[in-house]
Amino acid sequence: MSPLRLSTAITAAIFLGCFLQGCTSGPHTVRAATVKASKDRRDAPEFTLKDADGKTVHIADYRGKVVLLDFFATWCGPCKIEIPWFTEMERKNKDRGFAVLGVSMDDEGWEVVKPFLAELNVNYRVVIGNDETAQLYGGVDALPTTFLIDTSGKIAAVHVGLAGKKEFEDGIEQLLQPGGIRRDASNRMALPAFAIRTK
Amino acid sequence: MLLTAWLCLPSLFAQSSGYLAAGEPAKVAGARNAAVQAKIPVTVKVGYHVNSNTPSDEYLIPLKLTWLSTGALEAGAVAYPKPSLEKYEFAEKPLSVYTGNFELVANFKVAANAPTGPGAAVGKLRYQACSNKACYQPKTIEITVPYQVQ
Repeated sequence: MSPLRLSTAITAAIFLGCFLQGCTSGPHTVRAATVKASKDRRDAPEFTLKDADGKTVHIADYRGKVVLLDFFATWCGPCKIEIPWFTEMERKNKDRGFAVLGVSMDDEGWEVVKPFLAELNVNYRVVIGNDETAQLYGGVDALPTTFLIDTSGKIAAVHVGLAGKKEFEDGIEQLLQPGGIRRDASNRMALPAFAIRTK
Repeated sequence: MLLTAWLCLPSLFAQSSGYLAAGEPAKVAGARNAAVQAKIPVTVKVGYHVNSNTPSDEYLIPLKLTWLSTGALEAGAVAYPKPSLEKYEFAEKPLSVYTGNFELVANFKVAANAPTGPGAAVGKLRYQACSNKACYQPKTIEITVPYQVQ
């Protein structure tokens, strides 16, 4: 074996072997999320998906509203923690220009999703996602992955993994304010921490 | 560095896919009609778990080994290890999971008309992994059991 091939083999062994021997640094750290400044936001990628009634849903349909876009799956335990929060947020804020849109990543489709939504009393619109949609939103390998989209259709924040309820509430409240900036009683800008707590 | 590489070399032969890896089992050997067992070593990445073959919730996706082709072997039951019950932040009740290293035992019988010589049974291992904060898309890896009919 040439020195180059030996070196390549050793490098491959280290990378693959370290995975199996557990010498990595452990699970992905849940990424912290902040509500980005308006100038740093990018457009939420457009998609065309069907809801439970077979109606076509485009993300552009929600222009003018603050949207919480939640990628989830029925087999995702952390998703089941967040979904009741989103149901409550939908109920509290739907008349204020806010909507939750769920995107199920279940391969089995409505057969498993409909009973799941009924069990959790979900009151917001849900569509069935696919790999193409996931790729548009960065892959979405980890669930839940949740995007907060501002009234201009731009992504203001991203949560990957289980986040705190208050972080969502603060982010939504901030985006619902005129100009997307909340001000306190003394008219000072009050930005939420909107960061995911990790142990 | 060379020592690390040497220690890790056996892992080169494993099948891995993100959060779980399976090593290649030792070749099984037997005469016609003999019962043989293949022990398949599995490793779950540190900090993650996979659902056991009998998850705690009907919505959870179980670990499952199925055979695509078994050649001169007849597939029998797969024996899964006893799962552990672990409590996670996202679940009210402990979940039935596998973590770390464990073995799956695949039972076969050498077919009565099996030709002597080598072969391989090929299967797929489906799993779904989570950390304490997030879950990951179900994945499938290939499992190969080499055999020798004597």
